[in-house]
Amino acid sequence: MIATDGSGTPTGLPATLAAVSVGGVLGALARYAITLAWPSAPGTFPWATVIVNASGCLAIGAFLVVITEYRTAHPLLRPFAATGLLGGYTTFSAYCGDIVGLVAEGRPGQAIGYLALTALSAMAAVVCAAKGTRAVLGGRTR
Amino acid sequence: MTGALLVAAGAAIGAPLRYLVDRAVGARYSGRFPWGTFAANVAGSLVLGMLTGATLAGAAGPGWQAFLGTGLCGALTTYSTFSFETLRLAESGARGLALANVSGTVVAGLAATYAGLGGASALLG
Repeated sequence: MIATDGSGTPTGLPATLAAVSVGGVLGALARYAITLAWPSAPGTFPWATVIVNASGCLAIGAFLVVITEYRTAHPLLRPFAATGLLGGYTTFSAYCGDIVGLVAEGRPGQAIGYLALTALSAMAAVVCAAKGTRAVLGGRTR
Repeated sequence: MTGALLVAAGAAIGAPLRYLVDRAVGARYSGRFPWGTFAANVAGSLVLGMLTGATLAGAAGPGWQAFLGTGLCGALTTYSTFSFETLRLAESGARGLALANVSGTVVAGLAATYAGLGGASALLG
């Protein structure tokens, strides 16, 4: 039995968990497809994970600004798209695993470069997306 | 194809697990620091380190890497929510907390990965 609001929209924990789960599967499969298409052989720089994380941060910056500052979203849209899809697409564990792997291969310089590049590109992406979205949508509010 | 199914199965567990961790932490802690995402990221990094140790010891194969590593740990952890919560801290004037979130999550995540790797290697190696 799934709880609904007055208009029949599913709400509550089971519906939210299902939305997060479906989004997470789609996001993880997209990340998996990108890393298969652009594999990083041992000893090479893991560019695919950098691109995945930066692009996911770009998307979440725009999406969350729109649905928190400009319009009211369906109650399951944020769990599906932000927590699930973009959360499952981006990854922190592979980021740490890549750094540890580069150090283990005797490439500490690349490990530090990867650590900093990912953090800086992710933060730059989320800041640019949030500011850019506000610049485009301007003073319009919900 | 099998790889994709294993990744999907892992992510179907990992993503809602992150939501539940964030919810459980949020119910107990009302401060500004995003401890929920921090906990999910550190936990996922610990498990990935353990998996790497198990793989190096020959105890885990490509199937486990797809299910547990790419799928479950990949979806349990997140960079997008992490970066957005950092932005929110900075925009609310808590620049010190924003910086602490980035540096603290990276340091704790790496420490967890090494701890998992060392623990699994000691047990299985």
